[in-house]
Amino acid sequence: MRVFLLTLLLLPGLSWGAIDVYEFSDPQYEERFYQLTRELRCPKCQNQNIADSDAPLAADLRREVHRMLEQGASDDRIIDFMVTRYGDFVLYRPRVNGVTWLLWYGPFVLLGIGVLVVVLISRNRRQRVASATERRGDHGDGAQPDHRRDDGTAPPSLGPEESARLNTLLQQDSDK
Amino acid sequence: MNNRKILVFVPLLIFTLLGVLLWVGLYLDPRELPSELAKHKRPLPAFSLPSLTNPGQTLTQADLVGEVALLNVWATWCPTCKVEHGFLNRLAREQGVTIFGVNYKDDPETARNWLRRYQNPYRAVVVDQEGSLGLDLGVYGAPETYVLDATGRIRYRHVGAVDAAAWQTLQQVMASVAQEERP
Repeated sequence: MRVFLLTLLLLPGLSWGAIDVYEFSDPQYEERFYQLTRELRCPKCQNQNIADSDAPLAADLRREVHRMLEQGASDDRIIDFMVTRYGDFVLYRPRVNGVTWLLWYGPFVLLGIGVLVVVLISRNRRQRVASATERRGDHGDGAQPDHRRDDGTAPPSLGPEESARLNTLLQQDSDK
Repeated sequence: MNNRKILVFVPLLIFTLLGVLLWVGLYLDPRELPSELAKHKRPLPAFSLPSLTNPGQTLTQADLVGEVALLNVWATWCPTCKVEHGFLNRLAREQGVTIFGVNYKDDPETARNWLRRYQNPYRAVVVDQEGSLGLDLGVYGAPETYVLDATGRIRYRHVGAVDAAAWQTLQQVMASVAQEERP
């Protein structure tokens, strides 16, 4: 009974080995093989890479990758081989060129635009506050809200006596 | 103030552009794979493979060169190939179209029987049992049909069965290729 259970445990290992077995003369080839087959897209069953796909075509392409690796081909040559046959479509990691430039750098451009917009808005606001306080002629610290009316004009500012009175009133409160 | 009014419409503009982009994307067929060979008018890949109908004879790319022709990739395991076979027979017989065949990843004996049974529209059939020629052509499923010009360059690829609708396109391509080659 125990032997039977142990055999059962071994079964998944067997089914794994049945997929396809490649022998590599150099462990480095094996690593590159997995790297390449993960990055190459299967033309038949789209949205799968050739490492994952069960399609016969994917098996052919895996065999081809293995053959070329054993012949000592560089990664670039293998990728070129695939691209001349199946186009840029097979690349899950598109190369940087005129067409894919936007894809690679677009997000950074958008981020740059976003930062620029934020900077412009905050600078604009600071300038507006500064000019508003200047017009009022008081010693605002710049953080005061902008009390402009709907028609864009500032409310009539306080005279020196009025602001002195306001200050004493305000300080009265903070003394408590 | 005027500047701000314009800025308010920027998100709407971005939204509209994105909407158009996605709308167009809805009608694109992601399974449509342009052929690299046809795009760059590449010559037929070099091969040296046996002939299906004439065992013992070896065919090379030079045997398919000379006139504007169709190159049809087929197999007996492919149901769509059976669908288009009658149409190919008629093209060859009634319209005198030159069609070459590539028997793709198939058993040659079964393929020979199939041609005996359903007639043979092909001028010559290349046996590509390992799929090596198919790989060089960028075949990703059978049937596929290529238009070859008289110098053996690949000019067009059609994926799927050749039917009346597909033939219309193929015929146009063949006519314009033939036109172009006439001095």
